[in-house]
Formats: sequence, structure tokens, C-alpha cells
Amino acid sequence: MSRVATVTIALALLASGCAALKPSVKPYERDALADPLMNLSRDPLSDKYIQHVYDVREAARGGGVGQGGGCGCN
Amino acid sequence: MRLQLRRWWARLAALGAALFATFPGRAAVLPDDRADAMYHYYNGGGTKVDGPALLVRKGFADKASVYASYYADAITGASIDVVTTASPYKETRQEYGVGVDYLYRNTTLGLAFTTSDERDYKANTTGVSVAHEIFDGLTTINMGYTVGHDQVGKTDTAFQEAVNRYQYKLGAAQVFTPTFLMSLDYEGILEDGFLNSPYRAARLQGLLVPERYPRTRDSYAIVLRGVKAILTPEGRVGSSLIASYRYFWDTWNITAHTLEFGLRARYTPKWTIEPHYRYYRQSAASFYSDNFQSAFTFMARDKELSTFQGHTAGIKASYDLGEKGLGFSRSSVTIAYDFLRFTYDDFSDVRTGRPYAFNANVVQVFVSGWF
Repeated sequence: MSRVATVTIALALLASGCAALKPSVKPYERDALADPLMNLSRDPLSDKYIQHVYDVREAARGGGVGQGGGCGCN
Repeated sequence: MRLQLRRWWARLAALGAALFATFPGRAAVLPDDRADAMYHYYNGGGTKVDGPALLVRKGFADKASVYASYYADAITGASIDVVTTASPYKETRQEYGVGVDYLYRNTTLGLAFTTSDERDYKANTTGVSVAHEIFDGLTTINMGYTVGHDQVGKTDTAFQEAVNRYQYKLGAAQVFTPTFLMSLDYEGILEDGFLNSPYRAARLQGLLVPERYPRTRDSYAIVLRGVKAILTPEGRVGSSLIASYRYFWDTWNITAHTLEFGLRARYTPKWTIEPHYRYYRQSAASFYSDNFQSAFTFMARDKELSTFQGHTAGIKASYDLGEKGLGFSRSSVTIAYDFLRFTYDDFSDVRTGRPYAFNANVVQVFVSGWF
């Protein structure tokens, strides 16, 4: 499958998901969302470190939840 | 046509302005005031890397949050590249970062600066970011731009080259239900300059020749993430499931897929356990070969540009030290272990002639405190 097709399908799936779920979560229903276990980056320092471990051993990069930094990986 | 386009843009801009104005939303919040001190350890493929890392973040008057970070590592040993083409080495790297986030109503503006220094590689990056909440805080749109300038050297020589890096980020996070949210992020990284290692060599009919890479590389990544809470009978979050998928492609003809799954479970009121798994697969760069049969303009034999797969299985355990522990309002201690396995399809171990593979162990121990 071409990469354009893959990306298109991924975006279409996401878009259809948005349409089907129709989000309307009231402020008083957001207790669970505020829990630390729901944070995409629960431990920022740890996430940044492990992202660096992969960045220097794999060609793929970008899209991480941690903050970027100098490579210094040669 | 041009007039129609102008009208279309004007309508889009008006719609955007209306959205931002009509949905002031709940007030956005700055990240937690928090300090982390970590020791990290990596051992695998013939190299050992370890050192400390620190991150301290503190807010002021709920308007601004500043942070400072420090990261150091000491690398010793000899990776497969070094075993076959050069001598073992010992290297240290230090990285300092500072940043500030400023909150105005439901918009957060960020500015960050990082500098990294090792004997043969120096890097400076400056980044700006903006995040804006709309639809009563259910949707967050964020974008960022980072510029990086690196200086590549070669130990004990006058070799000096530059790398320029420009990163563009665009993302959105969406709350779908009281227990489910997703995010979609895009990042483009445009690089120019000396992009290969001055130490590594390619093989041409079995003989070692200097590697030659293109002097530009543009790469793109799209990442989809989701988190789902699992509630206890009392209605609290007992655990959560997290999953992500990243599709990556670049102008060197590399494509990669990354898939991650994790469970975060409150095993007891004090212990949180997080088992996780990660799968990674990539195709080779168009100018990669394990052993070139004829000379080309660009030639690489970097295993990170070959065809390979990676698996990670890990577990993270956090123990809540409770209130007032270590002088903080709340604190915790965490230990994490990851086992990594990389298997290469077209990168051979020249010592045996067979496809290369290696395992690595990664350990993190850190203490976290909330002010």
C-alpha cells in the first residue's frame, strides 16, 4: 500500500471516529480525565529519556510527547 | 478564481475567529509544579550508557511556568560499527534545557532552549509553541516550531561541519467521552548539512570506504494516541489503557511503523504498575547496502538505515511516598526496566557473516516530588 493511501485511510478513520462519537462531556463529568493515569505523558523526564534511547537507534523520529533537544547522537 | 479563493480564505478566517471567540472554554492549566531526579542505565550491543537527569518545573501566579533540565550520559564500549571499523571509545555528553510557558485564558505560549555538548558534537535548539483549547476545553490544538544548529566534529582532527534542523509540529487532542481521549500529531523535520557520522565506513566489494550521505533530509511523522480509563466500582480510575501508532516516512525512502500498548494499573493505593510493549519496523534507505558491488554517489552502511525490527517489553513500578515525604507536598519513587531486542535483515556481523542482532537492558530509577 502506498504511504499516501495509508495516511489517507488513517485520517479517514479518525474523521469517522470523530463523527460517530459526538463528544459532549460536561465539566462535572471530567474527574476521570483529570486523573494522572490519563495523562499522555505521565513522567515527562522518563518519556524524554526513553525517546532519546530510540531516536539514536532508529531512523524514525518526531511526533513524541516529550520535548525535543539536541541530537548529539553520533 | 483568485477572488473566489480570497473569499474562501476570508470565510475560513472568520470561522476560525468565531470559534476562538465563541468558545472561551474552561481555563487551561499549566503543567504540575514538579521536580524529578533520575539515574538512567543502558547496556546493549557492546555499549554501556549511564548518567543522571534532572527536571524542575515551577509555576508563578498561575500565569507562567518555568523549567530547567539537565541530562548527562557517559558512553563506554564498542558498538558493532566500532568493532568493525574503528577503536572502542569513551564519551560523555551534557545537555541543559530551560523553558517557560505562559498562560493567557485558554492559550498557552511556550519558549524553550536546549544546548548539548560532547567532545565532537555540539547542538543548540530554540523552540516556540502554542496550545489553544476550544469547544469548552474538549479540544486542544497545538503547534510548534523549533530551529536547531549542530556542529559536527571528529576527535583529534580539525574536521568541522554544520547541520541545520527545522522542526514543524501540528497536533490536536480530543476528549470523546468521560473516560476516553485521543490525540493526532504531525511533525516534519527538515535537515541540511553533514548528516552522516565522520567515523563510520561503508563496504565496497568488502573494502572499507568513507560513507557519503545526501546533504538534505526531510522526514515526516504522524502519530495517533489514545487513552481509556477503566473505573473501579466506586467510579475512580483504577487503571488505564494506552495505545499509539506512528507512521514515519522520509526523503531517503525510509518508512517505519511504531506500535505501542501499555496498561497503567493502581495495584494497591501506594503502588502503580505499568507493563508495556513496543514494536518497531523500518525499511532501508535507498542508498544503504551491507556491501556495495559498485560505487555510487551516496553510500551508507549505518545499521540505523538498514531494514530491521525492534521489540521492547518493559515494566514500570511507582511507589507513592505520600504527603510531606522528602519535603514535598507529595512524592513518589519509580523504577522502570525495559528489555529491547533488535534484529537486522540486511546488516551483517562481519565477524560471523550472519545477520546482526542484539539485546539491550534499560533501567531508570527516579524520585519525583510535587510542590
